[in-house]
Amino acid sequence: MISEEQVRHVANLARLGLTDEEVERMGGQLGAILESIEKIQELDLDNVPPTANPLSLTNVFRPDEPKPELDRDEALASAPAPEDDLFSVPRID
Amino acid sequence: MAETKEKQTYQAVIGLEFHVHLATRTKMFCGCRVTYGDPPNTHTCPVCLGHPGALPVLNEKAIELGAMAGIALNCEVADHAVFARKNYFYPDLPKGYQISQFDEPICVGGHIDVPTSDGTVRVGITRLHLEEDAAKNVHVGESGRMHGSTGSLIDFNRGGTPLMEIVTEPDIPTPEAARATANQLKAILQAIGVSEADMEKGQLRCDANVSIRNLDGSFGTKTELKNMNSFRFVEKGIAAELERQREIIEERGRIEQATMHYDPNKDEVYSLRSKEEAHDYRYFPEPDLLPLELSREWIEDKKNRLPELPAEMKKRFVESYGLSDYDAGVLTADRDLAAFYEEVAENADPKQSANWISGDLRALLNEEGIEISDSKVGPKHMIELISLVETDTVSRSAARTVLEHVFESGDAPSSIVERDGLAQTGGDELDGVVEAVIADNPDEAERVRGGDKKVVGFLVGQIMKATRGNADGGQARERLLEKLGS
Repeated sequence: MISEEQVRHVANLARLGLTDEEVERMGGQLGAILESIEKIQELDLDNVPPTANPLSLTNVFRPDEPKPELDRDEALASAPAPEDDLFSVPRID
Repeated sequence: MAETKEKQTYQAVIGLEFHVHLATRTKMFCGCRVTYGDPPNTHTCPVCLGHPGALPVLNEKAIELGAMAGIALNCEVADHAVFARKNYFYPDLPKGYQISQFDEPICVGGHIDVPTSDGTVRVGITRLHLEEDAAKNVHVGESGRMHGSTGSLIDFNRGGTPLMEIVTEPDIPTPEAARATANQLKAILQAIGVSEADMEKGQLRCDANVSIRNLDGSFGTKTELKNMNSFRFVEKGIAAELERQREIIEERGRIEQATMHYDPNKDEVYSLRSKEEAHDYRYFPEPDLLPLELSREWIEDKKNRLPELPAEMKKRFVESYGLSDYDAGVLTADRDLAAFYEEVAENADPKQSANWISGDLRALLNEEGIEISDSKVGPKHMIELISLVETDTVSRSAARTVLEHVFESGDAPSSIVERDGLAQTGGDELDGVVEAVIADNPDEAERVRGGDKKVVGFLVGQIMKATRGNADGGQARERLLEKLGS
């Protein structure tokens, strides 16, 4: 199981503000996921390499050639408060 | 004395971490151009802006350059490498994670041999990995306008630039050796064309981990020194941090783990945040990218395509031009200077060329703080100057003056000699001066004729004075003694 403290820690890392009710609900859901993982751990997997990707492809590259870029206005269109052609963000501490 | 003795027992432990822009045309995971100094936010796309659903695709050239750098640094290129997500929130990182490498980097375990005044130091390379650079925070005020709020402004042109991180072992014994390590690394990366490594453009950045070894030999608490923006400041910053740590130890205080900044104006270090939040990056394999499988043949091919490395070039300079280790080291530490030298040495005496370039010319460059490529002195100037000295047209000291003028104006040495009347007084002209001096100083001349050598110096002095220093002293003396039959 996962403790309330762990849920709050993970939520904080993800910058999520959870209500107490949500912490409890998430704790239950995350706990269920962890339990499923634990079930897999019952298998003897010593000789199985960790697999990060189900595809058997490797070395997928693109050549170092420029592709069309966004216009500046297009790029800034999704910014709520552009200033001087820059993305403006709140103060960083 | 006691203090000096005590000081000597302090042993610095220094490791460096470099971030290097790779010399690609486009970014790491998208086809946006890598540029410097372009208007902000003119080279972006959904991938480097972190738009939802956009997928990264690896730049093949970046992988090649990373592997070549690793080979040049005597690393082992991994046959299997994986990209990983490093998760943290910062406005210059729009996805909320940086694509980097974690436990399976492209290169591990190399070394570079670094020349220092105490001999060669072998600095181990722990690892080399590839990642993407963050965007640029244009701090309020830097954008050149007044700004009411206290926010940050972001330019995403740099975001996603191919970046190589190189971490050394803590093998570096002194601040001077740290600077030399940075220099050597830069020379290697430039020589193989992996990066332009221009610190002013932010293509090469250097952080240092600094500690003082405990008396029992174990490592002391280390601090991280960030953002030293020139090699000189790398040396001075580390020296200042070591001094700070030494004072704390002598006062029996405790060194706190911290991130320090160096202020070159005050020559002091200061702590950015006294209390560091423990990082929790939650690395995991990047699911949007596939693993790299680099074959032995592929790696061999990159190895074969490496151009001459600075260490090899240095050896060649010693062997084929007969230079001292020192001169060869100085000349090959700077790729452009080495090329300049080779062009001169093809057409002039190689040793004289080395003396002029590693000595006088380099002193002028250092004084002005410019690179050879920005200098008005070209190889043809140097060749002409050396030939003017060899043919006794100008004295060595006058040639120095000529070089200074060439350095300022870019004019041809011979025209400067003519313009400023710097030609050495020789031949018939010198004979005339010698005769005049003898006539003006009959008593001294007579004493020399009688075998008294004590006044020779006085007469030579008179000759030099009459030629305003444009005669060769030895030659003047020779002519004088000849004429006085002594």
